[in-house]
Amino acid sequence: MLDIHNLRKRASLIQNLRHFFLEQDFLEVDTPIRIPAPAPEIYIEPELSGDFFLQTSPELCMKRLLANGSEKIFQICKCFRKGERGNFHLPEFTMLEWYRINSDYNDLIKDCENLLSFLVESLSINNTAIQHLKKTSEKFTVDEAFEKYSPIGLEECLIKGSFEENLCLHIEPQLGLTSPTILYDYPAELGALAKLRKDNSAIAERFELYINGIEIANGFSELTDASDQRARFEKDSYIINSQGRKSPIPEKFLADLERMPEAAGIALGVDRLAMILWGASSINEVITFTPEEL
Amino acid sequence: MYSASDLRKGLKIQIDGEPYIVTDFQFSKPGKGQALYRTKLRNMLTGNQFDRTYRSNDKFEKAPLMERTMQFLYAQGDEYHFMDIKDYEQFPISKEQLGDDIRFLIDNMEVQVLLFNDIPIGVTLPNFVNLTVTQADPWAKGDTSGSDTKPVTVETGFVLQVPPFVEEGDKIQIDTRTGEYMTRVK
Repeated sequence: MLDIHNLRKRASLIQNLRHFFLEQDFLEVDTPIRIPAPAPEIYIEPELSGDFFLQTSPELCMKRLLANGSEKIFQICKCFRKGERGNFHLPEFTMLEWYRINSDYNDLIKDCENLLSFLVESLSINNTAIQHLKKTSEKFTVDEAFEKYSPIGLEECLIKGSFEENLCLHIEPQLGLTSPTILYDYPAELGALAKLRKDNSAIAERFELYINGIEIANGFSELTDASDQRARFEKDSYIINSQGRKSPIPEKFLADLERMPEAAGIALGVDRLAMILWGASSINEVITFTPEEL
Repeated sequence: MYSASDLRKGLKIQIDGEPYIVTDFQFSKPGKGQALYRTKLRNMLTGNQFDRTYRSNDKFEKAPLMERTMQFLYAQGDEYHFMDIKDYEQFPISKEQLGDDIRFLIDNMEVQVLLFNDIPIGVTLPNFVNLTVTQADPWAKGDTSGSDTKPVTVETGFVLQVPPFVEEGDKIQIDTRTGEYMTRVK
């Protein structure tokens, strides 16, 4: 449980996040937490809530707002992912998502850099351990990162199904130590809602932001081709159903996607960001109550 | 059977017929991918440690372990002899297996002994033990040097920090989990 001092720190972080986006004319939105059909994700299990699901991310509703005229929007909300608990995971956590039309993942990378510099300045944290957050980020493609840090190359890892293991054991601990690190250009199959590169359809325009070896944010240029999106959903939904979970196709989202302009969007874990800013070693140190304390 | 989501620090599982305890546990889920359950495991027979990573669908057998209450009888070289208080059966346990617990072990102390297929593999002491102080510097009254603890030695040879009023011959209660002084016992 947070004491008054840490409650104030958390409140200040959230107010400053808000301030950063409002200053840049982003519109704050609050979309429903209970939804009938989340994006089918093989490795993310949503909690059931009656006939609905609790959102694992506000992504689909926020993109529907873009399709219906919003241009720059952000949201700070709770998301729920079943069975995720560890030093960096909570089954209920706070997410910051922002979306911008006529943008791609490069614009989001700039947003991330600006946001981190703004936070270090505005929270007036003198902690020398986080001054590297203000530096321009170091950038590696996923392929380069595997080349540099993993004993097994990217292609072989994908074939053998050891992508996560090598990423987690050999690559992530090296990322974001002296400046924020951007890992970008993911294999197409690892970017379920991301646009593929025009010059190389095997690569998705997706990136992740790492600080101190911790994954902080995941962003991408949005896939706007509704029929391609439907095909990807149906493929993943089939696998999820075969695991015995329900995974309805988000039809209303797909209908709106037809009209969505080119856009980019990103999800950032607010609790993990708080951990880094405060120098906490466990996510338990930055949230009001842990699930075990309830 | 346990599944990967049951993994946590302290869980005891059986792998290839041998008991292992999870000494460290980390849940990871890089890049929207598969969940990884990263563990450090210690073989409860050999003490060997290693890292192993599991996936969501991995399953584990429970380690067939049994606990019996035993009394510490005597030490002979590096062997410590214990006796079951119900059936008087005796078991030797090596100094290495006892590890840091030796710091608190005195004759006749009742402990919980963990057995794997009738082989003792571990000892759990009571949370609190009372030990006699065998060596302590006298409390210099009026000492205003500011230190509010002093080191003393107890009958097992263990040295710990205690408040200055504790004297040689006193019995003190120690928390065996932390090795810290709790209180003076009358």
